[in-house]
Amino acid sequence: MVYDCIIIGGGPAGLSAAITLRRRNRTALVLSNPASRNPLSKAERVDNYLGLPGLTGQELMDKFLDHAQQAGAELRTGKVLSAMPFDGWMLTVGSEVFQAKTLLIATGVARGQKYPGEQRLLGRGVSYCATCDGMLYRNKPVIVVGRSADAPLEANYLADIGCQVTYVSPAQPEGLSPTIPFVRANRLEVLGENAVEGLLADGAKLPCSGVFILREAVAPTDLLPDLATEDGYIAVNRRMETNLPGVFAAGDCTGKPLQVAKAVGEGQVAAESADRWLENQ
Amino acid sequence: MADIIHFSEEGFNNALKQPGVMLVDFWATWCGPCRMIAPAIEELAKEYDGKVLVGKVDVDQEPGLAAEYGVMSIPNVVIFKDGDQVDRKVGAMPKDAYAAALDEALAL
Repeated sequence: MVYDCIIIGGGPAGLSAAITLRRRNRTALVLSNPASRNPLSKAERVDNYLGLPGLTGQELMDKFLDHAQQAGAELRTGKVLSAMPFDGWMLTVGSEVFQAKTLLIATGVARGQKYPGEQRLLGRGVSYCATCDGMLYRNKPVIVVGRSADAPLEANYLADIGCQVTYVSPAQPEGLSPTIPFVRANRLEVLGENAVEGLLADGAKLPCSGVFILREAVAPTDLLPDLATEDGYIAVNRRMETNLPGVFAAGDCTGKPLQVAKAVGEGQVAAESADRWLENQ
Repeated sequence: MADIIHFSEEGFNNALKQPGVMLVDFWATWCGPCRMIAPAIEELAKEYDGKVLVGKVDVDQEPGLAAEYGVMSIPNVVIFKDGDQVDRKVGAMPKDAYAAALDEALAL
């Protein structure tokens, strides 16, 4: 099915947008990481959200999720890996493809700088998608750079299909198969001229043919390379329109203050703009 | 309507001996981004019918070809002219990016 709007991100901005779209009778799909990994869910106490002081982040998040579900928004867990314009927009999550007339980016703040060598060797040994590229590295040494909660599972998958996996992350991973060697390291650099030859991990060279860098989310500017930014945030106008037609943004990804009330308000404005855009098509 | 050719290794090597421009999409069934670009590749096959040979290589069926052409990440779209590789697009790109690469190859 072609959704009226796909919302990337299931925090306060994304859920607020979903509710507004549903109230305008638009179909809305929210794609996000599990709610438990949303930064709001980890907040001990939120005291500045109008009318609902004193709740924990988790309690507030649960209320938002209930509301969005009651409004008829479709919520799915998964990491959006790629996007492209085609009869509207197409997105992929794992091996699934989704299509929508408009996109609403509510991904929160992208954390984590790229490692030296990462961009240059992307597609030449650096990959963000274990399901896509794993098979090309069967019987070869690969390194999984674990920067997300589900990275150990993806490392296990790569080992299952026959890759020789080493797992590198700053902290002991949970759920990693005991047969996969773990290297604790923080400062990383991808090595290689025309193709990946290894990973420099806190000064130690680990030879490999592929490096799978698995973060919590693919940055919006990697999904949509033409998306304009300003000081590291997605550039939007008062209507939460980005520079790309039919693409809107809301919440922390558009800039400070990184607060729930601001995210909820922006989500509503972005959704109304998406509705207006759909109306005019 | 122009059909997309699903290449075996032999078919691919034969096609490579033909003069002209050829677009080859290295893909796999399990790869979401590959499935995402598939409709765009189909449209290009129609739009460039008679000018460009458009084909696909399933890297699972033809791992030898994938290795020979250095396919380390899919989707991986390689453009050949008279048997020589002239361009390569790694990762999912908008249809316009592939069309521009084909126009450039045709103008060579």
